Amino acid sequence: MIGLTHYIVVAAILFALGVLGVVANRKNLIVMLMAIELILLSVNLNLVAFSAYLHDLVGQVFAMFVLTVAAGEAAIGLAILVIYFRGRGTISVDDVNRMKG
Amino acid sequence: MILLIVFLPLLAAVIAGLGNRLLGNTVAKVLTTGALFASCLLSWPIFIHYLGGGEPTIAPVFDWIHSGDLQVAWALRVDALTAVMLVVITSVSALVHLYSWGYMSDDPDQPRFFAYLSLFTFAMLMLVTANNLVQMFFGWEGVGLASYLLIGFWFKKPSANAAAIKAFVVNRVGDLGFMLGIFGTYLVFQTVSIPDILHMAPAMKGSTIGFLGYRLDTMTILCLLLFVGAMGKSAQLGLHTWLPDAMEGPTPVSALIHAATMVTAGVFMVCRLSPMFETSPFALTVVMTVGAATCFFAATVGLVQTDIKRVIAYSTCSQLGYMFFAAGCGAYGAAMFHLFTHAFFKALLFLGAGSVIHAMHHEQDMRYYGGLRKHIPWTFWGMMAGTLAITGVGIPAVFGNTMAIGFAGFHSKDAIIEAAWASGQSGASIVGMIVALLTSFYSWRLMFLTFWGKPRWAQSEHIQHALHGEHESEDADDHAHAAHAHDDHGHAHAHGDGTGGYHPHESPLTILVPLILLSIGAITAGFIFHGYFIDPSAGEAYWKGSIAFREHLMESMESIPLAVKLSATIAMLVGLWTAWVMYIRSPGLPAAVADQFRVVYGFLLNKWYFDELYDLLFVRPAFAIGRLFWHRGDEKTIDRFGPNGSAWVVALGSRVAGRIQTGYVYTYAFVMLLGLTAAVTWAMTR
Repeated sequence: MIGLTHYIVVAAILFALGVLGVVANRKNLIVMLMAIELILLSVNLNLVAFSAYLHDLVGQVFAMFVLTVAAGEAAIGLAILVIYFRGRGTISVDDVNRMKG
Repeated sequence: MILLIVFLPLLAAVIAGLGNRLLGNTVAKVLTTGALFASCLLSWPIFIHYLGGGEPTIAPVFDWIHSGDLQVAWALRVDALTAVMLVVITSVSALVHLYSWGYMSDDPDQPRFFAYLSLFTFAMLMLVTANNLVQMFFGWEGVGLASYLLIGFWFKKPSANAAAIKAFVVNRVGDLGFMLGIFGTYLVFQTVSIPDILHMAPAMKGSTIGFLGYRLDTMTILCLLLFVGAMGKSAQLGLHTWLPDAMEGPTPVSALIHAATMVTAGVFMVCRLSPMFETSPFALTVVMTVGAATCFFAATVGLVQTDIKRVIAYSTCSQLGYMFFAAGCGAYGAAMFHLFTHAFFKALLFLGAGSVIHAMHHEQDMRYYGGLRKHIPWTFWGMMAGTLAITGVGIPAVFGNTMAIGFAGFHSKDAIIEAAWASGQSGASIVGMIVALLTSFYSWRLMFLTFWGKPRWAQSEHIQHALHGEHESEDADDHAHAAHAHDDHGHAHAHGDGTGGYHPHESPLTILVPLILLSIGAITAGFIFHGYFIDPSAGEAYWKGSIAFREHLMESMESIPLAVKLSATIAMLVGLWTAWVMYIRSPGLPAAVADQFRVVYGFLLNKWYFDELYDLLFVRPAFAIGRLFWHRGDEKTIDRFGPNGSAWVVALGSRVAGRIQTGYVYTYAFVMLLGLTAAVTWAMTR
């Protein structure tokens, strides 16, 4: 029987992978965007899991909002990425450091 | 009337000084000179009034300081002593103003020059009319300031700036003494008013005061402090080094400030406070000793100098020494008399020297003069009158001759030597006689080198410049002369007469008129006025207590040995004869003598090594201390830990803060995560 614990563990693993993807990723910005999606999905999974467990639909409605925001975020993020690539000719994470003090 | 005399020069100075280029040369010159002549014309009636026995008057101006017991008011005091100074100052100043029309005609800054001259005159008049010590100090500093400005008038010359600073700094030493004297006087008498102080002074005789842990005689310490001030202003031995250097200023300035008026302020002060000095025999002895030492020292140095203005400067120093030792002997009347006559003949000598310098195209070295007698006759006769006056030519009242008659210096200098003998100071008197000989020698040396002999101008650089038109600041007159001289060039060389083809030209009328008027003063001042100044009964009637006139001393002057009476005249003749032998009969002799006594000659030529000594004792240690504070104190301590230290801390902090900003997204994300984790952990474990 698959219980709440399993969902939470999977969500935690996904979250950890997402964070690692943001922090340890040196390759390119698209991977970073995908990692952020992963973090949001892990949160969604938690929301849905608890919603089912507590018999409360608010969590699932909230998950729908998060999905919408995530879609918007991905669209804007990709758009910025395209513009950035046109300007600098690269999307390598190690080259994006213009804010260096 | 006294208000007009004092404030007209100030008014003229302010207008000419502030108007400067707006007014133009002519307006400034007319204004200042006119004001001075007006002052002068108003002063003479006052002097004549006091000759007829006028009473002292005080003209209040307004209150100055009211603070507790201290009451200081601006007030102009006129008495017999002030009247003498008034005519000396305004007459010499007016003539010097006029003289400057000619002498400074090429100068681009004439309004400034005339404004300074008038400002000086105002300050000097303030000094001599002072009714209290603070006002006297105001005038004292005012003349110091004007002297500084005028010595450094040609501020593009580094040597003039150095001389101006030297004069100011050396005078500060004297002024410190004067200030301490004023403070001490106030402490003792609870007032700074001169009449009150002089009134109370005799009662304080013999009292003592604690100073630096010793019990000292009150009046002695006060008089000595005030005398230090007088020494600084009057260039007495020890504080004299600024006076010869002050000759860097224009010659009219030397004549007015550094010969006739400002340098005599010290003598005036001692005479003004003479009732105070009378209470301290020790202080008087010091005054006399310093005066005699200066007198001798300056005369010896004057023997070997080659710059015409420096010879006269040392001569001034020496004559000031005479005045002080007269005052030190108690013969204040004789001191003031010598001050009076000296102002005329020394201003005359300086202005004459200026005329010679003008004629010789700014050449000041007497070794390049010679034979000028025929070229500039008016200047020659003016200088002659001055030399006869300073060397004291005259017929003494001996061998049945009841009436002494002679040039100005004859009356005043002989009076000093006789008064010194009569007061029992035969040592000082003998010094005075020796100096009379030296005075005669250096004065005639100056005359012989300048006006007699063969022309020696050809070697002079200044004359060469004039001949070849390299001097850019020549006026049209000089150009004409230079061109004229050029035409004669080959002709002159053919003769080889030492002129190098240069023809000195007589100075314009504005220069000659003051020379003539001062000559009249130099010839007659002594004869006309000696009765009022030093005669036992007439003197008493004239001075009326404005100085401590010692009647019995003046009386005993008439019963001194015949040899003493003759001594000054004999000394004068010996000096004249020696100078004639050395510079006319056998001109090779001075070089031989200098070679024979090389050590003595070097010692004198280097002014007894006073400048070198002061350099070693004061200037270098001061520089060393300054450098120590600058490098060690300021740079290595204050700057290092203060401004530089805090700047270093900020730079380090910003470098560390800057290093945190890597610019990489993942760093920011990681830090954010850490922060979040920490916040959550804190929230949970709280």
